[in-house]
Amino acid sequence: MKNFQLDKDADGILLVSFDMPNRSMNVLNNSSMAEISELTDMITSDDTIIGAVITSGKKAFCAGADLEEMGGNLLSARSAMTKDPEAAKKALFEGVYKLNQLFRNLETCGKPVAAALNGLALGGGFEFVMACTGRFVASDNNSAKVGLPEALIGLLPGAGGTQRLPRLVGLMNASGVLLQGKQLKPAEAQAMGIFHAAVPAAELIATAKKWVKDTPKAKQPWDEDRFRFPGGAPYTAKGYQMFAGASAMVRKESFGNYPAMTNILKCVYEGSQLPMDAALRVESRYFCDLMLRPESANMVRSLFLSKQALEKGEARPQGQAKGEVKKVGVIGAGFMGAGVAYVSARAGLDVVLIDRDQEGADKGKQFTIDEQTKRVKRKRTTQEKADAVIDRITATTDYALLKDVDLIVEAVFENSELKAKITKLGEEVIGDTAIFGSNTSTIPISDLAKASARPENFIGIHFFSPVHKMMLVEIIKGEKTSDYAISRAIDFVTKIRKVPIVVEDTRGFYANRCVGRYLQEGYNLVAEGVKPALIENAAKMAGMPVGPLSLQDEVAIDLAYKVMTQTKKDLGSQYVEGKGDIIIEKMFKAERFGRKNGKGFYVYEGREKHLWPELGQFAVDGLQDPQPSVTDIKDRIMYTQAIEAARTMAEGIVHDPREADLGSIFGWGFAPFTGGAISFIDTIGAKAFVARADELAKAYGPQFEVPALLREMISSGETFYSKFSRAARYSESALKKMLEKDVVKIANKMGIDASEKDLKADTIGKILAKQA
Amino acid sequence: MADAYIFDAVRSPRGKGKKSGSLHEITALSLLTQQLKAISERNDLDTSKIDDVIMGCVSAVGEQGADIARTASIKAGYAETAAGVTLNRFCGSGLEAVNIGAAKVMSGMTDMVVAGGVEHMSRVPMGSDGGAIGVDPSFAFEEMAVPQGISADLIATINGFSRDDVDAYAVESQKRAAKSWEEGRFKKSIVPVKDQLGVTILDHDEHMRPSTNMQSLGSLNPSFLGLGTMMPGFDPVAMQRYPELEKIDHVHHAGNSSGIVDGAAAVLIGSKEMGEALGLKARARIKAFAEIGSEPTIMLTGPEFVAAKALKKAGMEVGDIDLYELNEAFAAVVLRFMQAHNISHDKINVNGGAIAMGHPLGATGAMILGTMVDELERSDKETSLITLCIGGGMGTATIIERV
Repeated sequence: MKNFQLDKDADGILLVSFDMPNRSMNVLNNSSMAEISELTDMITSDDTIIGAVITSGKKAFCAGADLEEMGGNLLSARSAMTKDPEAAKKALFEGVYKLNQLFRNLETCGKPVAAALNGLALGGGFEFVMACTGRFVASDNNSAKVGLPEALIGLLPGAGGTQRLPRLVGLMNASGVLLQGKQLKPAEAQAMGIFHAAVPAAELIATAKKWVKDTPKAKQPWDEDRFRFPGGAPYTAKGYQMFAGASAMVRKESFGNYPAMTNILKCVYEGSQLPMDAALRVESRYFCDLMLRPESANMVRSLFLSKQALEKGEARPQGQAKGEVKKVGVIGAGFMGAGVAYVSARAGLDVVLIDRDQEGADKGKQFTIDEQTKRVKRKRTTQEKADAVIDRITATTDYALLKDVDLIVEAVFENSELKAKITKLGEEVIGDTAIFGSNTSTIPISDLAKASARPENFIGIHFFSPVHKMMLVEIIKGEKTSDYAISRAIDFVTKIRKVPIVVEDTRGFYANRCVGRYLQEGYNLVAEGVKPALIENAAKMAGMPVGPLSLQDEVAIDLAYKVMTQTKKDLGSQYVEGKGDIIIEKMFKAERFGRKNGKGFYVYEGREKHLWPELGQFAVDGLQDPQPSVTDIKDRIMYTQAIEAARTMAEGIVHDPREADLGSIFGWGFAPFTGGAISFIDTIGAKAFVARADELAKAYGPQFEVPALLREMISSGETFYSKFSRAARYSESALKKMLEKDVVKIANKMGIDASEKDLKADTIGKILAKQA
Repeated sequence: MADAYIFDAVRSPRGKGKKSGSLHEITALSLLTQQLKAISERNDLDTSKIDDVIMGCVSAVGEQGADIARTASIKAGYAETAAGVTLNRFCGSGLEAVNIGAAKVMSGMTDMVVAGGVEHMSRVPMGSDGGAIGVDPSFAFEEMAVPQGISADLIATINGFSRDDVDAYAVESQKRAAKSWEEGRFKKSIVPVKDQLGVTILDHDEHMRPSTNMQSLGSLNPSFLGLGTMMPGFDPVAMQRYPELEKIDHVHHAGNSSGIVDGAAAVLIGSKEMGEALGLKARARIKAFAEIGSEPTIMLTGPEFVAAKALKKAGMEVGDIDLYELNEAFAAVVLRFMQAHNISHDKINVNGGAIAMGHPLGATGAMILGTMVDELERSDKETSLITLCIGGGMGTATIIERV
């Protein structure tokens, strides 16, 4: 076998080592799945084999399904529904159910099969483990975690995970793993009852083999007649309350926006009342149901495929090679600078952290010390490793120490003159190939670059606060910024394990420009007399993590006032007054600055907060009666952000819909279930989106006016993803999974002459050649 | 269309619905059987003339399962030709049984029925029958189902009823119930429950707390605060249906919500002709009835709409009704109804209600109908509208008039 090494011992126990060639991780793909089927047949039919032990030949056991390979399936499932939906659904089900049959055959093969888990098992990997009748884990290897992260990318564990895990540990224990992607360390998993035993790695195989020898009639507990669902099935005295509460618990967090979570609950509820074979069919049906919904395809695309691509440096300009970053200088040891130093040191970089005086620099370093101390306390790291991270940071006032850094992140106050001075000080010391990055959020990079002696190596590197929690970094090109500088900035950002997107220089860049629209629509609604609670709730129901008023309180209203006055000054007569301006001004003058001084749009009392009861004063004509529908408010909130994102693409500020999508999710929390602000539009479709936007523009103002590009897309039938070609780079396996007509469409769009009569492989070859 | 008449109504006293309650050691079958026997014996009924025994019962499982109406009618010695059916319209079941019985009589296909209900809550606790409505995520998740207490607090929040408002209502309910018992206003209908030896085990509603005042209620903690805001957190679910709310005020507690009790009731309903043939005197006529569905998350607003529907059927206005009886599931339900139809407190629930005396789910509708038959006679009034709020977002109502 290609993916499994086999070794039968004298007792007739087959030791199976999962070890896929040319891959760092074992995955479930067509190739490995076919061999699992062969393995099952071999164990069943070979009389000299009494059972098997399955382990991994790699550090990890199995990372789950190969989404690169499956991705095409997911993205194209919906388009296959057009002709004969019922036949298409049947075919889809047959395909999906195969995976369940595969593992079900293994667990009912009649001979004991033990998993000896020597490393990480996620998703399908963990489902593989649970389908083994014996389960053993290395107790002394904390990386041998198990988890089912499917829900995080809009899917459900479709290889028995929604059935076997709850049958092993009950609904309560399973819910965190199934719904929130919680990973369990060996000890936790063992305590819950997932494993028969947790033993030191050195004894793992021997223990598993002994179990195989001792348990010739091994059966899964759910295949025993006396099986009872742990913690109580839905219609038992104990289970009733739990299942009744589960819907509310998931609903209050997800607002019904995440069909994966709802379907997982349905799988557990329905499955827990069925024998395993029927339960697995139900699970497969709910998996197919997800494949037919846009949320899953969008989440897989953005939160898995695009994220992975961008994390690998997909945004790197052509012709630039990946490089190493070993040492970074951070100038300005305030909250942002301290955060940048911390994440850099944790990623293994040496950091020179500079501030005006030693006290300031030390204070910045203290942040890393505090964070690492917390991590040690929570047993997330060892003291030794924590000390190593802390030691990588040199807190100083001495610019000379910057001489061998690869890159500088300047994070001083938003003041052009100060930044100009720092630029000069830094550039005097650093080497010719080093990059100077400014973490500005408001000042155009090209303006700042004027102070640089080498503007081609000057770039914007915009972090979000708090740096150690926010995954996005905007890399901003100034007029003269070179491709090399962009590439180096990407080297740095990928090294610190954040998601880089490359955007052009514009006021607010990408994320802040769009989130500004979100905040402004909040003010518009307040001014129009919509109840503040309705605004905040509607925003959350639309999928935003916090309401616009709450967000403004977090960002601080005095800051909003400062930005507003500065923008007014900068734009002069071109400044367009918004309905929110007067609100911001009044709030600022009343010293309602937000959370930081305990009063803003909300009143803060200890841990509690409630809306300031006097917000009604900002309703120009009083509160509306009746209040507008929540659908209207949700649309306004989402459309204004999405339209701004569309404008940035139309203007060429952002080049790749994937970057716009991830920028929206990781930059300002745009509803993740949509796949991002651009996917939001593509999913609705240009025609319907423009029609609704036009209605909104007529009723509520120019913030809803769509760029001409969107109207063009109606007539051309394009989406953002099909139009912007860098995004539409298809892998061979994805293309092979698609319907022929879709492949032809892609080819034609690329200017390749193709029709459905052509051999598909030819067309695919041409697409791949064109993309290269 | 024939007219349906009420010839008689009986009910058991209501026992506390817990293990220490007086009726706990009496079976549900015995509880219902005693009421069926009583209504038959005191009217000297030829039970071969009874077409059907229609009983409401919400948790029709365990000893209340498998059609307790049929089981009890045989046990009560009714002629075997008297059929039996058990139905469930949640809290409206008892009144629904009356309405269906009346409808059968009005249709001319049936001449005489015994309608009513039973709920032995101490022996078959609420929720024993499971049900997809609160458990299956296809419903509970997608339709935003919340427990009734959350819905009641939602009503209080939306209508602006303070804790004082609902407590004041509860104090008055206790006062009225106590006074009614003192004056013997329930005497006509109450059939004491006997034990296995035939000795009276309960002859009064034992859930009442006549000494209740604002201070004593003030010390009670809200019952649904934890369920609403902590585990599992139903408030944010309800607010997805009512997003204009910033939060839900939790004002209901054990003292201003209906009590959990054991009880059964029976009502004799039939055509004029059959009544005459059996030598029975009609006490009231069923003028109209209605049922309705309403928004299921707030759940308990049905009475407002079903009352309007029934009044319309009867060709009547709100002011044409002398006495209203709305089951006191929660104080806010009654306050909202009074507000919606502008009904003054001295026209509604004049003898107290379920806050004081308790709410045996499947039986209550028939009990309060009987209470109104008695009260119309006692106070020499003509018309009454009886209604209940119902789980899942429904309402049922019956309009009766004296004859």
